[in-house]
Amino acid sequence: MADRRLDLAVRLRPYRVLLASRARAQMQYRASFVTDILGTVGVGLAEFAEVWVIFHNVDVLGGLDFTAALLVFALSNLAFSLADMFVGHLDQLPRYIRAGQVDAFYVRPLPLLAQLMTSDLSLRRVGRLSVALVALAIALTTADITWSAATVALILLTVVSGTAIFSALFTAAGGLQFFLVDGAEFTNAFTYGGQYAAQQSQQVFPDPLRIFWTFVIPTAFVAYLPAVAILDLPGDHLAPPWLAWFTPLAAALAWGLAGLCWRSGTRHYQGAGG
Amino acid sequence: MAPCACPRPCLVKTFWLLVRAGFRRHSTYRLALLAGMTTNSVFGIIRAYLLLAALASAGAAIGGYDASTAVAFVWWGQALLGTVNLWGFSEVKDRVRTGDIAVDFLRPLDPQLAYLAGDLGRAGINLIGRGLPAILLGALLFDFAWPPSGLSWAAGAVSVVLAVVVAFAGNFVINLLAFWLVEIRGITLLWMITGGLLCGLYLPVPWFPDWLRTIATWSPFPSMLQQPIDILAGRVVGAGIATSLAIQLFWVTALLALGQVVLRAGRRRLEVQGG
Repeated sequence: MADRRLDLAVRLRPYRVLLASRARAQMQYRASFVTDILGTVGVGLAEFAEVWVIFHNVDVLGGLDFTAALLVFALSNLAFSLADMFVGHLDQLPRYIRAGQVDAFYVRPLPLLAQLMTSDLSLRRVGRLSVALVALAIALTTADITWSAATVALILLTVVSGTAIFSALFTAAGGLQFFLVDGAEFTNAFTYGGQYAAQQSQQVFPDPLRIFWTFVIPTAFVAYLPAVAILDLPGDHLAPPWLAWFTPLAAALAWGLAGLCWRSGTRHYQGAGG
Repeated sequence: MAPCACPRPCLVKTFWLLVRAGFRRHSTYRLALLAGMTTNSVFGIIRAYLLLAALASAGAAIGGYDASTAVAFVWWGQALLGTVNLWGFSEVKDRVRTGDIAVDFLRPLDPQLAYLAGDLGRAGINLIGRGLPAILLGALLFDFAWPPSGLSWAAGAVSVVLAVVVAFAGNFVINLLAFWLVEIRGITLLWMITGGLLCGLYLPVPWFPDWLRTIATWSPFPSMLQQPIDILAGRVVGAGIATSLAIQLFWVTALLALGQVVLRAGRRRLEVQGG
């Protein structure tokens, strides 16, 4: 057992060293780093402003009051900024492909996806992450929640699974980049578009679209469905409160899809001829 | 082609050639245009349902928008997003940093005009390749308010051109700050974030609370998107159209003039090494 643990530590060492070097590199230029963090704080605040301006005009939107909408906003932004921090740089893949730099990753004795994921750690995203955390704290303290062990478990489960769902979307997008290259922006439709859909009350959408965001691209599981359960809302036919507990299953399915996309993408890739 | 009659290379002809070059340069990547249009449309669908839900919840029009004009607001916004360069460009900044801007100064056409021509060309292909399909899709999927009259169509078209110029002129000034600052990323970010919020891309400016609306009104940002949209969606009609165009014209003049001042100051500051 001790041997196995040691073995794992040795196997993970290259990734740890890589990530630490990426983190140190970003903090070398202090002023740029601070500017970047303030920038992502700004992005988070602008996203929040959209929710806030709507509730300046209405009291209830899609069955949610402001506090409930704030919870949905916070959960989706938290999951998205975590996923963006860990794997968001897979977005850069078309640039690597075009420059022929992917081949360099292939010749190293580590899995391609693991290398690309650890090729960067976008620390500047902590700005947006902190906006999401503050929003979550405000939502959880002001909302009328009957706290229990189950509620706490559901919140933790949601954050972990939500991050996994968005990471899966980024990975699926990465796999598709091997086919798209110039059409890289196609995948923004379901990564960034999925994030935008995730932070809305799903009741604003008509049923076909809700089914799409629940069972095809499962971003409804990131925030809206858990919020229904946490706040003990009645929900409706496509959002029964018990569905929130299937969030890990949705994450698993999303990763299945991501695995397929990634596998077919890397098999399709023929190298840059270097 | 017949030689130009003017003593110097004809300004209008050069400008037009550069517009066409910009158009061709950005029309090379057709798949990218289609990809951009797809993403714009997904956001359009989500935002349209969001605004419709808000209007249903309010039970009445908000800020002069009813269901079909709100849908028009969303889709014109998504259509013009690629046309008007809201997120800015970094080409001029990079050329200032590398010193290549010196080459631009040597050319017979003023750099500001040359880059404006290229940007108008870029705007043209994006309007055709990304904007029009998005509008057609929006009209197909939703109850969409078309411009109410021929005047609205014509004034809307003028307003879109002015919006492209305002956005270009503002971004050009930001790019030129690279003459004085090593890294302008922070300023670019600030411009993008405040611009994105105040231009009326996410939500109509008339929906803002009073204080935020006042800030927006005094900034150039609504001239980049909200004003053409208001004319095209039919929220602004009659004399309002003239006021709207006058405000845009003011920002075009002010920002282009500011660009000239900054460009001249930067030119005096520029030192390029090597031979």
